[in-house]
Amino acid sequence: MWRLKLLTEEEIVSLIEKYGNKKSSLIRIMQEIQKKAGYLPKEDLSVLSQQINIPLSKIYGIATFYHQFRLKPFGKHTIQVCFGTACHVKGGDEIWDFLREKLRLIGSEDTTNDLLFTVQKARCFGACSMAPVMKVDNDIYGNMTKEKLEEILKKYS
Amino acid sequence: MSEEKLLQEFKKAENVLFNGHEYRITVGVSTCSLAKGADKILEKTKEEVAKRGINASVVRVGCNGMCYSEVNLEIIKRDGSWAIYSYLTFDKVPDVLEAFFSGSSKYAFAFRRKSGTLKGEEQVPYLNEIPFYGKQTRRILELVGIIDPLNIEEYEAFGGYNGLRSALSKTPEEVIDIVKKSMLRGRGGAGFPTGLKWSFVKNAAEDVKYVICNADEGDPGAFMNRLTAEGNPHSIIEGHAIAGYAVGATKGYIFVRAEKPLMAEMLSKAIEQARSKGYLGKNIFGTSFSYDIEVILSAGAFVCGEETALMAAIEGNRAMPRPRPPYPATKGLFGKPTLINNVETLAHVSYLFRNGLTNFVSVGSEKSKGTKVFCLAGNIQHPGAAEVPLGTPLRTLIFDIGGGVPKGRHFKAVQTGGPSGGCIPETYLDYALDYETLASIGSIMGSGGLVVLDNTSCIVDVARYFLTFTSAESCGQCVPCRIGLRKMLEIMDKIVQGDGTENDLFLLESWARKVADSSLCALGQTAPNPILTTLKYFRAEYEEHVRDKKCRANRCLKLILKAKLPKA
Repeated sequence: MWRLKLLTEEEIVSLIEKYGNKKSSLIRIMQEIQKKAGYLPKEDLSVLSQQINIPLSKIYGIATFYHQFRLKPFGKHTIQVCFGTACHVKGGDEIWDFLREKLRLIGSEDTTNDLLFTVQKARCFGACSMAPVMKVDNDIYGNMTKEKLEEILKKYS
Repeated sequence: MSEEKLLQEFKKAENVLFNGHEYRITVGVSTCSLAKGADKILEKTKEEVAKRGINASVVRVGCNGMCYSEVNLEIIKRDGSWAIYSYLTFDKVPDVLEAFFSGSSKYAFAFRRKSGTLKGEEQVPYLNEIPFYGKQTRRILELVGIIDPLNIEEYEAFGGYNGLRSALSKTPEEVIDIVKKSMLRGRGGAGFPTGLKWSFVKNAAEDVKYVICNADEGDPGAFMNRLTAEGNPHSIIEGHAIAGYAVGATKGYIFVRAEKPLMAEMLSKAIEQARSKGYLGKNIFGTSFSYDIEVILSAGAFVCGEETALMAAIEGNRAMPRPRPPYPATKGLFGKPTLINNVETLAHVSYLFRNGLTNFVSVGSEKSKGTKVFCLAGNIQHPGAAEVPLGTPLRTLIFDIGGGVPKGRHFKAVQTGGPSGGCIPETYLDYALDYETLASIGSIMGSGGLVVLDNTSCIVDVARYFLTFTSAESCGQCVPCRIGLRKMLEIMDKIVQGDGTENDLFLLESWARKVADSSLCALGQTAPNPILTTLKYFRAEYEEHVRDKKCRANRCLKLILKAKLPKA
C-alpha cells in the first residue's frame, strides 16, 4: 500500500532556513512540506509552529483556508475533475458522479480505502477548449467521456 | 502586428531563429496542448528529424491561441515556405514530415508564407485567410507560438527588451506620462487607468515600494494570462521592470495561481534568463535602477485575485480582503506603497514601449485604447484565445472568429467576466466590447473570458453554478457575502429541484441586491451579477421553472422527474 512519510525535524528546520524565519515564508514552507509528505501531517505542523514561533492555531487557519492544503493523506493518484464554467456546460458534473460511483466513494469520502485514488473538484485549469477536463496527477485529459474515464482508471490501477 | 509585419520582423530575426539550420520546426506546447500529447509529438518530431537527417532546429513554442486545432506544428524553410499543420496526432508526424520534405503540401492546414515550391500550395489557404486568425489584431499574442518562450535571444531578436531600454532612457515622470497618454486601462477587470494608478504609487512618499503582477487568473473560462506567460513570459517581465522603474520600486512579485504551475515555471525560468542578461538585477543598462522579481505560487483561493487579499496571501496570512482606503498605492504590501497590475496590463506596457505611443493608440474604442485578449469557450465551434481591439462587437468575436455555435444549435447567451460577470442575450451581440458598454448591460469586462451557452444549456442551472462557485469561494469574513450568497444558493437549489415559487424569484432578486450593495470586496459585490442579469434577460426561463415546472433545456433532472410524478 502507498505510504506517506513525515519530515524530520532537521528537514523542517532546513526549510525555515531556506525561506527565512518570517511569517511571509509560512505558506511556502507549508507547500514544501505538503510536496514531500503528500499532505500536512499534524506532527510536522507542530514542529513548524515551535520552530517558526507562530501558534499552531494560526497555521491550522491557513491550512484550512487554501484549497491546496490537506490535513489527511492523499491517495497515490489524485484525480481532479474540473468544475469550471466551460466544463460545467459540457457535462463535467456527470464525469464527477460517474468517477465517484466507479471508485465507490460515498458521502464526504474523497479517498479510496486502498489509498490508491483521491478525487477532488478543481477550479478551472484553463484548458477550457477541451472541456470537460480532468487531471490525474500531472496529466491532463480532455474531451472526457465515461468510456474514456474507465480506460484511464485502468491505466492507473 | 499585422501578418505582413510579422513576416518582415521574422526575416530580420532569422539568423537567431534558424541558428545555422536550413529549417525551423516548431511545436506548440502549453497546458492545453499537453493534454493532447504535444510533448510526445515534440519528441517524436525531434526523433524523426534526426532519423531523416533533416537540417532543422526543432523548437518548443507556446500555443498560438487556436486551441481548437491543437496540436499545431509549423515547418519553416529559410526564405521558403512556411506551412502549418493542425489537429496533429502522434502517428501523423512521420507522414507530415514526409509530405513536406518530398515537396508536397498534403496535410497542410494553412501557410504563413508560400514559395511556390510545394505541390498544391495554391489550394491551401494563407493563415490570414482563416477567420479565427485573420480577424485578430495580435499584439500581446504576436510572438506567442512563434518564439521559444525559454530562449531570451529569440525574444531579443524581435526587439524584446528594447522597450525597457527606451523607458530607462526617460525619466520616470516621462514614462508615466506616456502610459497616461496611451489610455491603457487595467486588463484585470475593473479597467482603472493604468497611468493614473502608477502616478499614485510614484507620488507616495516612501523609500520602499513594491510592484505585484497579479497572475492569479482565477475566473473559470479565462486563460489568456496562462497563454501569454507560457508563450512569451519575457513580455511580462519587461513590462514589470518598466512599471518598477516608473513608480520607483526595487522589488517585484508575480503571484501565480496554484492551478497553473507551468505558468509559474516558465516565468521563473524567464526571470533567471533576464537576470543573466542584465535586464534584472543591479544597475540595469548601466543606470542607477536596480530591480528584481520573485515568483510566488498561490496556495489556491479564488479571492486572492482581489488585490488586498492577494497582498495578505504574500504576507503569509489567510487571503482576506480588507476595506479600502487605504489603497495599496499608499499602504500596500508589508504596509508599503504597492502597485498591482494584471499580467495582460504589463504585457501591454512592454508592447507600448517597444512600439511607441502612436502605434499603441491606433486601435481601440474612444475611452479604451489598445487590444484585449478574449478566451472563447463553452458551446462554440472554435474555442481558443483571440486578441481584438477594444470596442469590437461581441458578434465578431463569437461568430466570425469563434465560428458560432456548433452542431446546428442555437445561440442563447454569452457569459462574460467569469463568476462576477453577467449573461448577455443575443439582443446585445452588436454592442461593443469595452468597459462602459458591458457595465451598462449589467456585466463586466472582467478578465475577458467568454463562455458561450446554447439551447442545450439551462440558464437557471448556469446561474446556480456560478453561485456554487462564489459561495464556496467567499472568504467568510463579511456577512452579506457569506450568508447572502448561501441564502441565494438555497433558493436556486429549490428552483432547479422543482420546489420554487414565484415569491422565490422576488426573494432572490432582493438578496442579490443586498449582497451587491453591502459586501466588503469585489467578490461579493459582483457575485450577484450572473443572477441579476439572468433574471433580467431570461426571466421567462425562471418563471417556467417555478410556475410550470419546466426546464426547456432538459437539464434540471429533479424538476423534470418531480413534474412527471403523480401529485399526492
